[in-house]
Amino acid sequence: MTGFLSQYGSEITTLTFEHLWLTGAAILAAVAIAVPTGIALTRAPQWAKPVIGVANILQTIPSLALFGFLLPLPWLGERAARIAIVALTAYALLPILRNTYTGIRGIDPAVLEVARALGLTGRQRLFMVELPLAASFILAGLRTATVTCVGIATIAAAVGAGGLGELIFRGVASVDNRLVLAGAIPAALLALAADAALGLLERWFKAPA
Amino acid sequence: MPPGIQFRDVSFRIPARGSSPDRLLLDSISFTIDEGSTTAILGRSGSGKTTLLRTVNRMVDATSGEVFVAARNVRDADLIALRRGIGYVIQETGLFPHFSIERNVGVVLEAEGRGKTERRRRSNELLTAVGLDPDSFAARSPNQLSGGQRQRVGLARALAAEPGILLMDEPFGALDPLTRAEMQDMLRALLARLHKTVLLVTHDLDEALYLADRIVLLDQGRLVANLPPEEFLRSTEPEIVSYVRAFHRGERLARGEHQAANTGGPA
Repeated sequence: MTGFLSQYGSEITTLTFEHLWLTGAAILAAVAIAVPTGIALTRAPQWAKPVIGVANILQTIPSLALFGFLLPLPWLGERAARIAIVALTAYALLPILRNTYTGIRGIDPAVLEVARALGLTGRQRLFMVELPLAASFILAGLRTATVTCVGIATIAAAVGAGGLGELIFRGVASVDNRLVLAGAIPAALLALAADAALGLLERWFKAPA
Repeated sequence: MPPGIQFRDVSFRIPARGSSPDRLLLDSISFTIDEGSTTAILGRSGSGKTTLLRTVNRMVDATSGEVFVAARNVRDADLIALRRGIGYVIQETGLFPHFSIERNVGVVLEAEGRGKTERRRRSNELLTAVGLDPDSFAARSPNQLSGGQRQRVGLARALAAEPGILLMDEPFGALDPLTRAEMQDMLRALLARLHKTVLLVTHDLDEALYLADRIVLLDQGRLVANLPPEEFLRSTEPEIVSYVRAFHRGERLARGEHQAANTGGPA
């Protein structure tokens, strides 16, 4: 065991950071797309069904297939990490988008009515009322997205994007369970840690002021 | 002098949609509310009371006709400035659940970018004015308050930016009779001191008589009466009579005035 760790320890660390980077970049991109889109949909709810539907369809594409689809694309195909981040972003969109939309739509209409009637500007209503009141919902979506992405990111190794999946794939190919676990255990721990951290944040936002 | 309000031929029509035909919610309403006076709007549910109130701060726009605030057409006013100059109180209160009571009261001042010290001072002043001790209430959260207390905070919030006009949509409708009476006393005393132009939508004739200088009765979007309370009570107009008779029936029955208990409507 100690021999195994001394042999693979530094690689596990490097791949863990790579895994974190792929997932983190994808989540940031997904937030940057899904939160504004979710807000926009609350202003034009007739679009909510089709747009959330598209995000839903993205989610149903098998991840291995999605990685494969992106491979021949120009620019994207040049670097495996780009493919991985784009694919992971696509998977992270739905939970964040849906929760942003339902979180804001779920706010007590009387609160929104008064915010409007008292002369808060659109921006003030968004930042003082809507986003804070929907925050725990949005964070719950972010949490789901993150945990999902940490898992799916292991498959990114199939297109050579690195991350902990690399150890798993190598372990499978060489029938070495130690290698499989060397990839799977840190990936699982990452997912649990992200889940716990975002869960804490979510609860903090849910607590009454 | 606080601004007056004038309605000129105000109509509000909901266009036909699908199988439901178009509906005329307000039908050429014209009347004036004098500066510093209180007008109560009475009428059945669906008679257009709330819609009429909401044309003043342009929460809805009249489909035809004009509304004037301080002799200025509300359509020409800057929407945000117009609304900040008009206090708004509704039955559901709509307090911001994630704000402390103090922040709720000062929210319009916050929106205007006023400093924290001023907001705190104003909030303390207003909480005291509506009968809540700032020391014990300012830091609390809305969900720690009773219905009556929440309504007091809603009123304090509406008054924070010193609006000349106060729009109140059934503010005390959800409260028990004793709490409601206390709130009415508090509001009456406050209005006597503050001098605001008030438009009060209510279902409660007694509340209208107690608080208002004039009573407007709406029926199916039409203005049926616009009278001082004593004339409203004495009126022989059938629509007014049946409205007045709908109240205190139990009281009349208990006194033995059996006949009078009938609303006088069609049998």
